[in-house]
Amino acid sequence: MIDLLAQADNALDGLKAVGAGLGYGLAAIGPGVGIGLVVGNAITAMARQPESAGMVRTTMFLGIAFTEALALIGFVVFILLNFA
Amino acid sequence: MKNKVQDRSVEVPNRDPHSEPEKNIVSDMLSRGLKITPLWLLLSLAIWGVDGVASSAIGLGLIFANFLAAAAFLTWAGRISVAALMFAALGGFVLRLALLTIAVIGFSKITFFAPVPLAITIIVSHLGLLVWETRYVSLSLAYPGLGPSHMTQKNRKEIK
Repeated sequence: MIDLLAQADNALDGLKAVGAGLGYGLAAIGPGVGIGLVVGNAITAMARQPESAGMVRTTMFLGIAFTEALALIGFVVFILLNFA
Repeated sequence: MKNKVQDRSVEVPNRDPHSEPEKNIVSDMLSRGLKITPLWLLLSLAIWGVDGVASSAIGLGLIFANFLAAAAFLTWAGRISVAALMFAALGGFVLRLALLTIAVIGFSKITFFAPVPLAITIIVSHLGLLVWETRYVSLSLAYPGLGPSHMTQKNRKEIK
C-alpha cells in the first residue's frame, strides 16, 4: 500500500513537471504572435515613413517588452509549479 | 528598355544617437531600477528573510540582463536592416526566454533559492520598470527616444 502511494506521489510530481512545461510553452505562443505583429507593423511604418524610424522603434521596443510580460507570467507559473 | 531591378530595401536613416532609442530607454530604465533596488531588497528581507533577498537579487539581475540583451540585440539588428530587426525581435524573444529558463534551473540547485520571491520580483520589476519608463518616453519626431530632461512642462504639453 505504501509503495502504491509512493508511486502515485512520483507520478503526480511527473505530471506537475509536464504541466508546468506545457503551460510555459503555451504561454509563450501568444506573446510570440504579439511580438510578430508589433514588429511587423513597426517595419511597415518605418518603410512608409523612414524619417520617423526613431519614434517607431521606441514604441516598438516598449511594445515588445510589454508583450513579453505575458510570457514572463507563464515563466513565473513554471517556476512556481516546478520549484515551490 | 532598361531592365533595372528596383532597390526596395529600406534603410533606417539618421545614425545619430536618437536613431537608436533602445539604448536610451534601457539605460534610463536601469538607472531607475538601480535606484529602487536597495528598497526592494530591504522589503524582501523583511518579508522572506535572507533567502528571499538572495532570490530577489537574482530576479532583479535576470530582468536587468533581459532588458540589456533585448536592447543590444535590437540595436545591433537595427544597424543592419529592418529585416534583421524582425529576426532579432522574434529570435531574441525565444533566445532570451530559453536563457532565462536555463538560468533559473541552474539557480534552483543553490541552497538559498526561494521560488516565490524570485517569481514576484521578476513580474513586479519587469512591469514596474516598463510602466515607470512609459511615463517619460517622448513620442515626437524631435525627440524619438526619451524626452529631454531640460524640457519644461509647457514644451512637454506642446509636443504631446
